[in-house]
Amino acid sequence: MRLKWWHGVLVLTFLLVLLSPLASSWPDGLERVAEDYGFAEKAADSPYQFIPDYVVPGVRSDALATILAGMIGTLILFGIGYGLARLLRSKNEA
Amino acid sequence: MHIPDGFVTVPVASAGIAVSAGFVAYAVKATNKKLGEKQVPLMGVLAAFIFAAQMLNFPIAGGTSGHFLGAALAAILLGPWAGMIVMTCVLIVQCLIFQDGGLLALGVNVLNMGVIGCLTSYYIYRGVFSLFGGSRTGVLLGGGIAAWFSIVIAAVMAALELAISGAVPYRVALPAMAGVHALIGIAEALITVAVLSLVLATRADLLKLWNLERST
Repeated sequence: MRLKWWHGVLVLTFLLVLLSPLASSWPDGLERVAEDYGFAEKAADSPYQFIPDYVVPGVRSDALATILAGMIGTLILFGIGYGLARLLRSKNEA
Repeated sequence: MHIPDGFVTVPVASAGIAVSAGFVAYAVKATNKKLGEKQVPLMGVLAAFIFAAQMLNFPIAGGTSGHFLGAALAAILLGPWAGMIVMTCVLIVQCLIFQDGGLLALGVNVLNMGVIGCLTSYYIYRGVFSLFGGSRTGVLLGGGIAAWFSIVIAAVMAALELAISGAVPYRVALPAMAGVHALIGIAEALITVAVLSLVLATRADLLKLWNLERST
Protein backbone atom coordinates (compact mmCIF):
# COMPACT_ATOMS: atom_id res chain seq x y z
CA MET A 1 0.00 0.00 0.00
CA ARG A 2 1.30 3.43 -0.92
CA LEU A 3 1.83 5.76 2.00
CA LYS A 4 -0.46 8.76 1.97
CA TRP A 5 -0.22 12.11 3.78
CA TRP A 6 -2.83 11.12 6.33
CA HIS A 7 -0.91 8.02 7.38
CA GLY A 8 1.74 10.45 8.58
CA VAL A 9 -0.84 12.48 10.49
CA LEU A 10 -2.12 9.32 12.16
CA VAL A 11 1.42 8.35 13.24
CA LEU A 12 1.95 11.88 14.54
CA THR A 13 -1.30 11.61 16.51
CA PHE A 14 -0.14 8.36 18.14
CA LEU A 15 3.13 10.08 19.05
CA LEU A 16 1.09 12.87 20.68
CA VAL A 17 -0.73 10.23 22.74
CA LEU A 18 2.65 9.07 24.10
CA LEU A 19 2.96 12.54 25.66
CA SER A 20 -0.37 12.23 27.49
CA PRO A 21 1.12 11.06 30.83
CA LEU A 22 2.96 14.41 30.90
CA ALA A 23 -0.28 16.40 30.69
CA SER A 24 -1.02 18.80 33.53
CA SER A 25 -3.38 17.33 36.13
CA TRP A 26 -4.37 20.76 37.41
CA PRO A 27 -8.09 21.56 37.17
CA ASP A 28 -9.15 23.00 33.81
CA GLY A 29 -10.78 26.40 33.34
CA LEU A 30 -14.30 25.30 34.24
CA GLU A 31 -13.14 23.12 37.18
CA ARG A 32 -11.09 26.06 38.49
CA VAL A 33 -14.12 28.38 38.38
CA ALA A 34 -16.28 25.66 40.00
CA GLU A 35 -13.78 25.26 42.86
CA ASP A 36 -13.24 28.99 43.35
CA TYR A 37 -16.96 29.78 43.49
CA GLY A 38 -18.07 26.74 45.45
CA PHE A 39 -20.14 24.69 43.04
CA ALA A 40 -17.59 21.96 42.27
CA GLU A 41 -19.38 19.53 44.61
CA LYS A 42 -22.52 19.76 42.48
CA ALA A 43 -20.82 17.54 39.86
CA ALA A 44 -22.65 14.21 39.69
CA ASP A 45 -20.81 10.99 38.96
CA SER A 46 -21.62 9.14 35.78
CA PRO A 47 -24.10 6.26 36.26
CA TYR A 48 -21.41 3.95 34.90
CA GLN A 49 -17.62 4.02 34.50
CA PHE A 50 -15.91 2.74 31.41
CA ILE A 51 -12.52 4.43 31.07
CA PRO A 52 -13.00 7.29 33.56
CA ASP A 53 -10.55 10.22 33.44
CA TYR A 54 -8.67 8.72 30.49
CA VAL A 55 -7.12 5.99 32.63
CA VAL A 56 -7.78 2.35 31.66
CA PRO A 57 -8.81 0.65 34.92
CA GLY A 58 -6.76 -2.29 36.17
CA VAL A 59 -3.47 -1.23 34.58
CA ARG A 60 -0.79 -0.91 37.26
CA SER A 61 1.19 1.88 35.64
CA ASP A 62 -0.75 5.16 35.48
CA ALA A 63 1.31 6.33 32.52
CA LEU A 64 0.61 3.16 30.56
CA ALA A 65 -3.10 3.28 31.50
CA THR A 66 -3.29 6.85 30.19
CA ILE A 67 -1.47 6.04 26.96
CA LEU A 68 -3.73 3.01 26.41
CA ALA A 69 -6.83 5.15 26.95
CA GLY A 70 -5.48 7.67 24.44
CA MET A 71 -4.74 4.97 21.86
CA ILE A 72 -8.24 3.48 22.26
CA GLY A 73 -9.90 6.89 21.87
CA THR A 74 -7.71 7.86 18.92
CA LEU A 75 -8.52 4.61 17.07
CA ILE A 76 -12.25 4.87 17.81
CA LEU A 77 -12.38 8.47 16.58
CA PHE A 78 -10.38 7.76 13.46
CA GLY A 79 -12.81 4.92 12.70
CA ILE A 80 -15.91 7.00 13.35
CA GLY A 81 -14.60 10.06 11.48
CA TYR A 82 -13.45 8.05 8.47
CA GLY A 83 -16.57 5.87 8.44
CA LEU A 84 -18.98 8.79 8.71
CA ALA A 85 -17.13 10.70 6.01
CA ARG A 86 -17.38 7.68 3.68
CA LEU A 87 -21.14 7.60 4.25
CA LEU A 88 -21.41 11.34 3.59
CA ARG A 89 -19.12 11.62 0.55
CA SER A 90 -20.47 12.62 -2.81
CA LYS A 91 -21.52 9.68 -4.93
CA ASN A 92 -20.27 11.05 -8.25
CA GLU A 93 -16.70 11.23 -6.97
CA ALA A 94 -16.70 7.72 -5.57
CA MET B 1 -14.71 22.97 29.67
CA HIS B 2 -16.72 19.77 29.58
CA ILE B 3 -19.72 20.38 31.84
CA PRO B 4 -20.43 17.42 34.16
CA ASP B 5 -23.96 16.39 35.14
CA GLY B 6 -25.22 18.33 38.12
CA PHE B 7 -23.83 21.73 37.05
CA VAL B 8 -26.81 22.41 34.80
CA THR B 9 -30.46 21.73 35.61
CA VAL B 10 -32.53 19.17 33.72
CA PRO B 11 -34.45 21.86 31.75
CA VAL B 12 -31.19 23.55 30.67
CA ALA B 13 -29.62 20.20 29.74
CA SER B 14 -32.76 19.17 27.83
CA ALA B 15 -32.85 22.44 25.92
CA GLY B 16 -29.18 21.87 25.06
CA ILE B 17 -29.95 18.39 23.73
CA ALA B 18 -32.84 19.70 21.61
CA VAL B 19 -30.93 22.63 20.10
CA SER B 20 -27.78 20.57 19.46
CA ALA B 21 -29.75 17.73 17.89
CA GLY B 22 -31.35 20.21 15.50
CA PHE B 23 -28.02 21.74 14.47
CA VAL B 24 -26.27 18.38 14.11
CA ALA B 25 -29.14 16.98 12.03
CA TYR B 26 -28.83 20.01 9.75
CA ALA B 27 -25.03 19.53 9.64
CA VAL B 28 -25.48 15.94 8.45
CA LYS B 29 -27.97 17.09 5.81
CA ALA B 30 -25.67 19.92 4.68
CA THR B 31 -22.66 17.60 4.47
CA ASN B 32 -24.36 14.58 2.94
CA LYS B 33 -23.20 13.85 -0.63
CA LYS B 34 -20.94 16.94 -0.55
CA LEU B 35 -17.77 15.54 1.00
CA GLY B 36 -14.96 15.09 -1.49
CA GLU B 37 -12.79 11.98 -1.69
CA LYS B 38 -9.85 13.82 -0.03
CA GLN B 39 -12.04 14.84 2.90
CA VAL B 40 -12.75 11.23 3.92
CA PRO B 41 -9.29 10.56 5.43
CA LEU B 42 -9.09 14.21 6.54
CA MET B 43 -12.23 13.81 8.66
CA GLY B 44 -10.82 10.59 10.16
CA VAL B 45 -7.41 11.96 11.11
CA LEU B 46 -8.88 15.26 12.29
CA ALA B 47 -11.27 13.49 14.71
CA ALA B 48 -8.37 11.35 15.98
CA PHE B 49 -5.95 14.32 16.25
CA ILE B 50 -8.46 16.53 18.08
CA PHE B 51 -9.21 13.74 20.57
CA ALA B 52 -5.50 13.13 21.25
CA ALA B 53 -4.65 16.83 21.47
CA GLN B 54 -7.52 17.42 23.93
CA MET B 55 -5.85 14.98 26.35
CA LEU B 56 -2.76 17.17 26.61
CA ASN B 57 -3.63 19.65 29.34
CA PHE B 58 -1.05 22.39 29.67
CA PRO B 59 -0.62 24.56 32.77
CA ILE B 60 -1.78 28.17 32.58
CA ALA B 61 -1.78 30.65 35.46
CA GLY B 62 -2.36 29.75 39.11
CA GLY B 63 -2.83 25.99 39.38
CA THR B 64 -5.15 25.87 36.40
CA SER B 65 -4.76 23.95 33.17
CA GLY B 66 -6.29 24.22 29.75
CA HIS B 67 -6.39 22.05 26.68
CA PHE B 68 -6.81 22.40 22.93
CA LEU B 69 -10.40 22.32 21.66
CA GLY B 70 -10.05 22.12 17.89
CA ALA B 71 -13.43 23.53 16.85
CA ALA B 72 -11.84 26.35 14.87
CA LEU B 73 -9.34 24.01 13.20
CA ALA B 74 -12.11 21.57 12.23
CA ALA B 75 -14.38 24.33 10.91
CA ILE B 76 -11.57 25.92 8.87
CA LEU B 77 -10.37 22.65 7.34
CA LEU B 78 -13.76 21.04 6.75
CA GLY B 79 -16.26 23.89 6.78
CA PRO B 80 -18.65 24.61 9.66
CA TRP B 81 -20.99 21.65 9.12
CA ALA B 82 -18.54 18.79 8.63
CA GLY B 83 -16.40 20.40 11.36
CA MET B 84 -19.41 20.34 13.68
CA ILE B 85 -19.89 16.62 12.97
CA VAL B 86 -16.24 15.93 13.87
CA MET B 87 -16.51 17.89 17.13
CA THR B 88 -19.78 16.16 18.01
CA CYS B 89 -18.16 12.72 17.48
CA VAL B 90 -15.25 13.67 19.75
CA LEU B 91 -17.58 14.96 22.47
CA ILE B 92 -19.86 11.88 22.28
CA VAL B 93 -16.91 9.47 22.60
CA GLN B 94 -15.43 11.51 25.48
CA CYS B 95 -18.80 11.43 27.23
CA LEU B 96 -19.79 7.79 26.65
CA ILE B 97 -16.40 6.08 26.96
CA PHE B 98 -14.22 8.37 29.05
CA GLN B 99 -16.87 9.89 31.37
CA ASP B 100 -15.65 13.37 30.43
CA GLY B 101 -18.70 15.63 30.37
CA GLY B 102 -22.05 14.49 31.75
CA LEU B 103 -24.52 12.27 29.89
CA LEU B 104 -27.40 14.71 30.26
CA ALA B 105 -24.97 17.61 29.78
CA LEU B 106 -23.84 16.21 26.41
CA GLY B 107 -26.31 18.52 24.68
CA VAL B 108 -24.93 21.72 26.23
CA ASN B 109 -21.37 20.53 25.66
CA VAL B 110 -22.05 19.85 21.97
CA LEU B 111 -23.82 23.21 21.77
CA ASN B 112 -20.94 25.18 23.34
CA MET B 113 -17.89 23.45 21.89
CA GLY B 114 -19.28 21.91 18.70
CA VAL B 115 -22.14 24.00 17.33
CA ILE B 116 -21.25 27.50 18.60
CA GLY B 117 -17.52 26.75 18.50
CA CYS B 118 -17.55 25.78 14.82
CA LEU B 119 -20.07 28.36 13.57
CA THR B 120 -18.53 31.41 15.26
CA SER B 121 -14.98 30.44 14.41
CA TYR B 122 -15.85 29.68 10.80
CA TYR B 123 -17.49 33.05 10.16
CA ILE B 124 -14.79 34.98 12.01
CA TYR B 125 -12.19 33.11 9.94
CA ARG B 126 -14.03 33.88 6.68
CA GLY B 127 -14.25 37.55 7.63
CA VAL B 128 -10.55 37.97 8.37
CA PHE B 129 -9.62 35.73 5.41
CA SER B 130 -11.58 38.02 3.04
CA LEU B 131 -10.14 41.19 4.58
CA PHE B 132 -6.69 39.92 3.65
CA GLY B 133 -7.74 38.97 0.16
CA GLY B 134 -7.49 35.24 0.81
CA SER B 135 -3.74 35.41 1.37
CA ARG B 136 -1.56 33.18 3.57
CA THR B 137 -1.62 35.94 6.21
CA GLY B 138 -5.42 35.88 6.03
CA VAL B 139 -5.51 32.13 6.70
CA LEU B 140 -3.13 32.31 9.67
CA LEU B 141 -4.46 35.52 11.22
CA GLY B 142 -8.06 34.46 10.61
CA GLY B 143 -7.35 31.04 12.10
CA GLY B 144 -5.74 32.53 15.20
CA ILE B 145 -8.47 35.08 15.87
CA ALA B 146 -11.22 32.53 15.20
CA ALA B 147 -9.55 30.04 17.56
CA TRP B 148 -9.34 32.58 20.39
CA PHE B 149 -12.98 33.60 19.99
CA SER B 150 -14.16 29.97 19.76
CA ILE B 151 -12.82 29.32 23.27
CA VAL B 152 -14.04 32.57 24.83
CA ILE B 153 -17.51 32.37 23.26
CA ALA B 154 -17.89 28.70 24.28
CA ALA B 155 -16.86 29.68 27.82
CA VAL B 156 -19.40 32.52 27.89
CA MET B 157 -22.10 30.07 26.71
CA ALA B 158 -21.12 27.66 29.47
CA ALA B 159 -21.21 30.51 32.00
CA LEU B 160 -24.73 31.48 30.87
CA GLU B 161 -25.93 27.88 31.18
CA LEU B 162 -24.43 27.60 34.67
CA ALA B 163 -26.02 30.90 35.69
CA ILE B 164 -29.46 29.99 34.28
CA SER B 165 -29.15 26.73 36.24
CA GLY B 166 -28.49 28.74 39.41
CA ALA B 167 -25.09 27.11 40.03
CA VAL B 168 -23.39 30.50 40.20
CA PRO B 169 -24.61 34.11 39.65
CA TYR B 170 -24.16 35.75 36.21
CA ARG B 171 -21.94 38.55 37.55
CA VAL B 172 -19.53 35.92 38.90
CA ALA B 173 -19.74 33.26 36.16
CA LEU B 174 -19.29 35.51 33.13
CA PRO B 175 -16.06 37.32 34.10
CA ALA B 176 -14.57 34.22 35.74
CA MET B 177 -15.21 31.91 32.77
CA ALA B 178 -14.31 34.52 30.14
CA GLY B 179 -11.18 35.54 32.07
CA VAL B 180 -9.61 32.12 32.45
CA HIS B 181 -10.58 31.08 28.92
CA ALA B 182 -9.14 34.26 27.44
CA LEU B 183 -5.79 32.78 28.52
CA ILE B 184 -6.58 29.26 27.27
CA GLY B 185 -7.74 30.86 24.01
CA ILE B 186 -4.23 32.21 23.39
CA ALA B 187 -2.88 28.65 23.43
CA GLU B 188 -5.76 27.54 21.20
CA ALA B 189 -4.82 30.30 18.74
CA LEU B 190 -1.12 29.35 18.77
CA ILE B 191 -1.83 25.64 18.18
CA THR B 192 -4.39 26.38 15.45
CA VAL B 193 -1.98 28.72 13.65
CA ALA B 194 0.83 26.16 13.94
CA VAL B 195 -1.30 23.38 12.44
CA LEU B 196 -2.64 25.68 9.70
CA SER B 197 0.86 26.78 8.72
CA LEU B 198 1.91 23.13 8.56
CA VAL B 199 -1.10 22.42 6.30
CA LEU B 200 -0.25 25.46 4.13
CA ALA B 201 3.35 24.28 3.80
CA THR B 202 2.52 20.67 2.97
CA ARG B 203 -1.07 20.26 1.76
CA ALA B 204 -2.43 23.72 0.94
CA ASP B 205 -4.98 22.03 -1.35
CA LEU B 206 -6.82 20.75 1.75
CA LEU B 207 -7.58 24.33 2.75
CA LYS B 208 -9.05 25.09 -0.63
CA LEU B 209 -11.37 22.09 -0.75
CA TRP B 210 -14.15 23.66 1.22
CA ASN B 211 -13.93 27.01 -0.59
CA LEU B 212 -14.30 25.28 -3.95
CA GLU B 213 -17.23 23.23 -2.73
CA ARG B 214 -18.92 26.35 -1.42
CA SER B 215 -19.09 27.94 -4.83
CA THR B 216 -20.65 24.89 -6.51
